[in-house]
Formats: sequence, C-alpha cells, structure tokens
Amino acid sequence: MPMADWLRGGRNREKVRDDAAQWVKCPSCGEVLYRPDLSANLDVCVRCSHHFRMHAHDRILSLIDGDFEEIARGILPADPLSWTDKKSYPQKLAADAAKSGMDEAVLCGFGSIGGYELALGVMDFHFRGGTMGSVVGERLTRLIEAATERGLPCAIFTASGGARMEEGMLALMQMAKTTAAVVRLKASGQPFLTVLTDPTTGGVSASFAFQADVILAERNAMIGFAGRRVIEQTIRQRLPDRFQTAEFLLERGHIDGVVDRPNLKPTLERLLGYARAGMQRRKRAELSA
Amino acid sequence: MNPLLEREKGLLELERRIEDLRSANEGQRIDMSAEIASLESKYRQLLAEVFGSLSPWEKVHMARHPRRPTTLGYIAGLDAFDELHGDRMFRDDPAIVGGFARLGGHSIVAIGQQRGRDMKENLARNFGMSTPEGYRKGERLALLAQRFNLPLVTFVDTKGADPGILSEEHAQSEAIAASLEVFAALRVPTLCVVIGEGGSGGALALAIADRVLMLEHSVYSVASPEGCAAILWGDASKADEAAAHLKLTASDLRGFGIVDEVIPEPLGGAHRDAAATVTRVLDRIGAVLDLLESFSLPDLLNARYEKYRRLGSWRDSLATDGAP
Ligand SMILES: [Zn+2]
Repeated sequence: MPMADWLRGGRNREKVRDDAAQWVKCPSCGEVLYRPDLSANLDVCVRCSHHFRMHAHDRILSLIDGDFEEIARGILPADPLSWTDKKSYPQKLAADAAKSGMDEAVLCGFGSIGGYELALGVMDFHFRGGTMGSVVGERLTRLIEAATERGLPCAIFTASGGARMEEGMLALMQMAKTTAAVVRLKASGQPFLTVLTDPTTGGVSASFAFQADVILAERNAMIGFAGRRVIEQTIRQRLPDRFQTAEFLLERGHIDGVVDRPNLKPTLERLLGYARAGMQRRKRAELSA
Repeated sequence: MNPLLEREKGLLELERRIEDLRSANEGQRIDMSAEIASLESKYRQLLAEVFGSLSPWEKVHMARHPRRPTTLGYIAGLDAFDELHGDRMFRDDPAIVGGFARLGGHSIVAIGQQRGRDMKENLARNFGMSTPEGYRKGERLALLAQRFNLPLVTFVDTKGADPGILSEEHAQSEAIAASLEVFAALRVPTLCVVIGEGGSGGALALAIADRVLMLEHSVYSVASPEGCAAILWGDASKADEAAAHLKLTASDLRGFGIVDEVIPEPLGGAHRDAAATVTRVLDRIGAVLDLLESFSLPDLLNARYEKYRRLGSWRDSLATDGAP
C-alpha cells in the first residue's frame, strides 16, 4: 500500500490534539518544544538531543524508502483469561487504542531502507506499554517466518515493558514461539537485527531482543531484564542513574552499539549492505560449485 | 500470609487426636480401635475436601511448600547421577544443578532449578533464582546432551530469574534469550517437568520441550503472583488476587495446551508422601521418554515447532476477506 494511504489508515486515526497539547516540555532539559517541530526532528529534542519515545507509524515513516506492505494487521487481541481488575482487559485495550491510534503494540511489514528490502517489525510503547501478548507474538512470528520464506533480512525495533500480564501464560509462551521462528530465520542464513528503544525489558528483552546477530540501542534507552523498582526493592538501595541505560550496556559488552536517532537509518543501510555482500558471496560460491 | 496453614488446622488437630488415642490405646484393656478407625476415615474425608478444592493462591503455597520434593529429591531417585558444574566462564550457580543420569533403560542429561528447603539452604541456593551463570550452565549442559546424543530432562522449580545488580550486569536477558534458542532447536528429545513453582522467563529458560509435564499442585505463571500484583497494581500484597486472575494451575495450563500432561499428587499434596511422588514422576518420565524415542528427529523438531507455533489467543478480523 502507498505510504500515504497506509498512514491515513493507521496513525492518522489518532485524535487531533488540542492546541495546548501542541507544546511539550523536554523531560531532560526543560525546553518547551512545539510538537510539529519535534516531529520534524524525529522526536529528538533540538536543545539536548533527548530521545522521546516514538510512535510506530512515525518510526516506519522515518526509515522506509517508499511503500510499506503491512502484514498480519487483521490479527487482533482476544481475552483468553476473561481478565477484569479495575477495568476489563477489552476495556483497557479499547482505551489504549483510542489514545494511541494503534490496535496492538507492534506493526509488521515489508519495505526498503536505502534500497535494501527487509522485513520490519516496530513495537510501540504507547499501546499497553508495548507489552507482548498473543498478538505481538503472532504478528512478529508471521513477520519472521515471512522473512525466512522470502529470503530477506529481518529487523525489529523493540519497546516493551515485558510480557502482558492480562494474557497470563499465553503471553509468556510468545517468547518461545518467536524464539523458534528466529532460530529458523538464522538457520536459513538471513541476518536478524534488533534496535532496542526505550524501554526494552522483561520477556521481550529476554527473547528476540537479545537473539539478534547485531543488537543496536538508541541513546539513553532503558534496557534490562528485571525492572528497576524490583531490583531496588530486592537489594534495598537506590540504583545509580546510568544503570540499565544503553550506554551502560555498551560498556558491559551486551550490545553492539548505541546510535543517535538521526544516524539510525544510515547505520541500518550500511549493516544491510554488509548482509547483502555476504549473501552475494554465498550465491557466487553456489554458482561456481 | 500462608492460606494453607488455616486450612490445614483442622487436619492437624485430627492428626493429633488420632495420635493421642493410639498412644492411649497401647497397653489399655479397653479397645478403642473402632473409634480410631472412625477418626481416620473422617481425616481422609477432610483431606480430600481441603485438597480437592484448593484456590490458585493456596496452590501457590502448595508449590512452595518447604517439604515438597525439589529437583535434588528427584535426582536422588534416579538410578545414577554424575553432577557437572559451572558455566566455563565465571562461576558455578548453585540454583541450577545438572549432569548425566540414568533412569530405567535411559541414559539422559538432567538439569533442574534447585531451591532450598530451609533458610540456610535457600541462602546457599539463592531461593532457586538463577543468575545468568546458571542459565549458561543449563545451556551448556543442554548442548552437551545434544553432543552426546542423549535425551534431556529438565525440572522447573523457581519463582523466577534472580533480580539483582550483578545478574543485570552479567546480561540476564541475553542468558535467558540464548537458552531459549538452544532449547527450541535442540536435536535430541526433550522433556520438562514443572515440579513446584514456574515463574516467568526464568522458568521458561529451561522449559521449552517436546513434552511438558506438570505436577497437580504445581503452578506456572507469566510472573510470580507477587510480581504481577506489583506490576499491575503497584502492590505486591495483592498477590492472592493476582493468583486468582493468572490461570496458573496445572489444569488451566493443560486446557491452554501449554502443558501436555498433569501428574496427580498423593492426597494432601506431594509433601505428604515425597517418596511416592518421586517414584510416580520418575515413572512418567521413563514412559514419556520411551514414547519420544519412537519418533524420528525431524518429526520431533517439526512437532516441537508446531506446538509452540500454535500457542496464543487472538482473532483474525480480516480472515473472511482472505487477506493476510
Ligand atoms: Zn531537551
């Protein structure tokens, strides 16, 4: 689908914000930013380079050359546990859908970045904190399987509070399901890349996020398995501010690199270029054999 | 608060009365055996009543019972066990034990999460919460099973992965993620038994298997009830409420297709007859291994993929249009 139509069907469903909401204060430096300017700058603060959390549609728009062929968009959440606490699970889902313009916490599809075709999955923290339930697991599994079938690299942008409690063990099992698909993708020879964005924790962090061949993170993203509060309660002391930041993980050797958002697209292009070079070598070797 | 204590009160009182009567009966001329038999029958009836209708939160406490058999209890029942240690990198995590073993006619590799049965043991075993080194040890032993071409049996018994500073610094996420990859594609038959509490990704790291068995009063959950209550409501003390929501019992999970077989426990729970529980579980492991050995490896790997591929619950709003 042409990008403009796709966006109209997706992101633009979001309610038009009122005038007051056109201004947003940078949580890092305090600068008051005009939202259209912020959007034009990839949701990065012009003064201090603070990276705001990005909507999945905006992310895809910022990366993809031309059109985006979305897959699995008809896959929508059910309520397997008939969960109700203060609100029912379907009510929570409907409220987040109205607020975020998303119908689940991930968008998946095919497109090109700098001429390199790939399978792209982008998670969105604005829907249920990016938590992984059956729909996130199913959409991503279909994406990874389709990448394997089409012989294309796969990249996933993560943003997640972990497994979605309201789907119980079925949510946990999405870690196993996506893992199995990742194993087949890798075995087929296709590269798997992840970009960890703020925040990436729990069941997403402990599955496909850290199974990639190359793992990048956005500046200052919070990344970890256990949540900060849980660790602080366990050890009964405050954690240093830098703990579980992308930069901290880079020092500890957990990730390949920390990238500023404006450099992401060119970085991905170069990585996809190396991947293609390797594929071409393989093809040449097969031909001469 | 342990809700089991309240429910067990009546049972303990009956136990005491039966015991008193027995000792009074000895050396007395009046025969009280009829009265004892009647009390014993009442006791069995109450036992069935209490343990036939446990709430999910009560089951959590059954699963955590200090006298419930642990991984080492099952290992002690094996015909042979040669423990192997360490992750080859940093340390030997005592919260995960494993090694070569023999069970019936099968040579296997066995790995399990080991919690303590008292405070001293729990401190040594970190309450069964594994660090990244433990998962790397588990992953290494799983690959060893593949290297030796032996079936792999795992025992799950953990609240979850260790939530500590060092575990984060040593890449807990990567350790679990890597373990999942190895278990998903391991080229030998794999069998997992949830023997106590299975909590979150920390449990799943050892739990992807061709067959997942679960003891009747075990629980297996996306997060511990305390953790879930803290995440959703910022209040870990609402764990009982979370337990009721989470559908974490063996029969719930059998219904979702996440668990393949529920192993019944002795009346009153595994801890009331640990020896019988261990025997029953090991018998089932032997029988399931016999079954798994009858499949070819490609069939086994395909079936394992399909089994996890199917898990989930969603609706396809475009299905009628034939759209993807
Ligand atoms: Zn700023």
